[in-house]
Amino acid sequence: MTDIPAPAPPLLARRRPPTSDLLRWIFGALLLLGLAYWLVGEAIADPARFAQVSVIGFSNGMIYALVALGYTLVYGIIELINFAHGDNFMLGSFQAQSLIVDGSFQLPLLFYTVAIPLGAAAAVTDSWWQKGYTIGLAVVLAMAFCMTINVTIERIGYKPLRASPRLAALITAIGFSFILQGIGLSWKSASRIPVPEIVPATPLVEVDGVVYYDVRDLMVLLITIPVLLALTWLVRSTKQGKAMRATAQDRDASAMMGIDVDRTISFTFALGGALAGAGGVIYALYIGTTYFQLGFRLGLIAFTSAVLGGIGNLTGAVLGGILIGLVSAYNDGFGDARWTYSVIFTILILILVFRPSGLLGERVPEGQ
Amino acid sequence: MSAEGAKAWASATLAERGRWLPWALVALALSYPFWFDIPPISYVSLDVLGLKQDVIISIGVYVMLALGLNIVVGFAGLLDLGYVAFFALGAYTVGWFASDKFSGTSFHLASNASEGAAGIHLNFWLVILIAGVIAAIAGVIIGWPTLRLRGDYLAIVTLGFGEIIPDVFRNADKLPFPGGFQATPPFIDFTNVNLTNGVRGVRQLDRPGFGEHLDTWTGGFLPDRFNPTHLEPWYFTVVAMVGVTIFVILRLERSKMGRAWVAVREDEVAASAMGVPLMRTKLWAYGIGAVFGGLVGAYWGGFIGSVFPTSFFFNISIIVLCMVIVGGMGNVYGVILGAIVLQYLNVAGLDKIGRGFHEVLGTDETVFAKYKFLIFGLLLVIMMLMRPEGIIPHARRKAELHEAEEEGGQEPAYGDLYEARERA
Repeated sequence: MTDIPAPAPPLLARRRPPTSDLLRWIFGALLLLGLAYWLVGEAIADPARFAQVSVIGFSNGMIYALVALGYTLVYGIIELINFAHGDNFMLGSFQAQSLIVDGSFQLPLLFYTVAIPLGAAAAVTDSWWQKGYTIGLAVVLAMAFCMTINVTIERIGYKPLRASPRLAALITAIGFSFILQGIGLSWKSASRIPVPEIVPATPLVEVDGVVYYDVRDLMVLLITIPVLLALTWLVRSTKQGKAMRATAQDRDASAMMGIDVDRTISFTFALGGALAGAGGVIYALYIGTTYFQLGFRLGLIAFTSAVLGGIGNLTGAVLGGILIGLVSAYNDGFGDARWTYSVIFTILILILVFRPSGLLGERVPEGQ
Repeated sequence: MSAEGAKAWASATLAERGRWLPWALVALALSYPFWFDIPPISYVSLDVLGLKQDVIISIGVYVMLALGLNIVVGFAGLLDLGYVAFFALGAYTVGWFASDKFSGTSFHLASNASEGAAGIHLNFWLVILIAGVIAAIAGVIIGWPTLRLRGDYLAIVTLGFGEIIPDVFRNADKLPFPGGFQATPPFIDFTNVNLTNGVRGVRQLDRPGFGEHLDTWTGGFLPDRFNPTHLEPWYFTVVAMVGVTIFVILRLERSKMGRAWVAVREDEVAASAMGVPLMRTKLWAYGIGAVFGGLVGAYWGGFIGSVFPTSFFFNISIIVLCMVIVGGMGNVYGVILGAIVLQYLNVAGLDKIGRGFHEVLGTDETVFAKYKFLIFGLLLVIMMLMRPEGIIPHARRKAELHEAEEEGGQEPAYGDLYEARERA
């Protein structure tokens, strides 16, 4: 963005925060106090249940964080809300499901699916080697699969529109979202698709018969943490990562410095797709069911996480994901689960209206 | 046509050339029920195209929705992905003010409901107006905090509202409502209020009508109560509503407000510098767009006879957006054409095409209807890549969308690229 520096305020002008700012702060503080009061009350009333709900929220939050990273990476670099990202995540979870059930990698061409058998079916076996092989394969293949989809969409749809008004690219993204949903629908079916439970919920931490932590929660961490570490390394320490950060900061200057901007943008989309794929596998294994319209709602939740953390900020996306995961788990557990979705959206709206830069945000949405 | 005439035709502006067009369309729309029953025409319209009367009415409803959204998206350039909220609000207004929903009371006002029936029964035409007012208020309430956001952030926030409102309707059979104070935390005593019957929906809504006097006086042309089997009055009502909408929108477009919308769409900063009040202009666009959504929502509620929270999904917002974009953002005729084509495909066309393919090729006959969102998605992408200005483009909008190409030749320089992005 070409930012025009704001003119310096006159030296003698009195600097008083406008009343609306004050009201905004009071409103925000009251809201947070109310939330803290409610949560502390619940924690004192039933600590065991509170801990359980927190663990569930944290594990869900990790999934949101992985998807949110994809939104934040893409938004950071080309300022586009990649609507199709959530649906890409859905296709990743479908790929995981195929590997677990049929043991084959599937290529969904519209109305026709090519299956490449890899002997990975873990639904029928008790062997941990087989299960580990399947999960590893699912993570790698789903990541590659979603990466390919994301890069293809960018090349076909977004690249030609880079010079057009921004709404054109956003509308294209919505179009791709529907196309991916259609692919999902023709690949599996319109019903909810169960994923066989291959990682049992064997308790790991158990006090007085109350399970606090089980193998599945551990699995979420075991997949998420290496992926996040790899991402951090890629962005912070590699040449390509440096190019990404430069392009995000100033595309003109990066191009002049000899950075291949097109390649860097494609690389960013590839990273985002890979994260969505990993998220899809975890979702399939942890939640145990998937659905062709899953991507729309979960994508929006993940986008909310990205905005909450500060869009464009990688740490912020993870933090936002975990916070949104916790909030939705607390509302499911202690509030009324029917309102969880509305609560998450209210958070989104409140943040965009009151603190558009998010919790850790660097990038303020235009017009603020 | 002589060569002279052809030349004049080609050089005439669209406005001059199309002077007869609106009247021809009006005549076509008004006379439709009289000739669609004639055998050779009914073969084409009913058997080949599947244009049953309820299909036509739903097309009319979507034309009006698309025209309303066109104010927000096409004129003012605000991408609204939650337009379905106002449609839903309009339909629920009928549920509240013209049904036995609040059976605790019995209040009638010039209504054609049976004497003494429980619930609030206002005159249907009054309810439609109330729906417009409620939608306008909701539009202003939603728009007030959010319209300061620009572009894609606004799109996401409106999408958020569009998602919350059906959720609220679904959950509002037990809406926690502060009913008093209590000594212990949380200090407010909540009571559950049933506003919408939740997933069961509100059924048996009143139908519009003109009262007994007009019924007997006009010999049934203006019936006392519209009938679900006799669809002509419904048809003329929706045609009248669309007609009024088109008239209002064409006047608005040329008004001071309409020009302010275009100015805001093209360059917010410049418009603001020229003295256009940004927030007020955008709020007007949003509010007026909402009014048309609410009006037609109320009509639709009366036509269907019941409202359910599940009938107002995000998909409707997207379909209506597709109509606006495919037809030609900002151009009233384009939007109408887009709405007619897409809604026809949506309700009947894809089904018919699927059956046609089934007969010839033996494919699955539901394939087109089942994958309609895939088709709409493809349409959106193709339109954006090939012809972002729509089928019937608006001259000014077209110039905007192709600005980058004209200025920068084939490959825009990076400086232009930013300018183009900022203009959006």
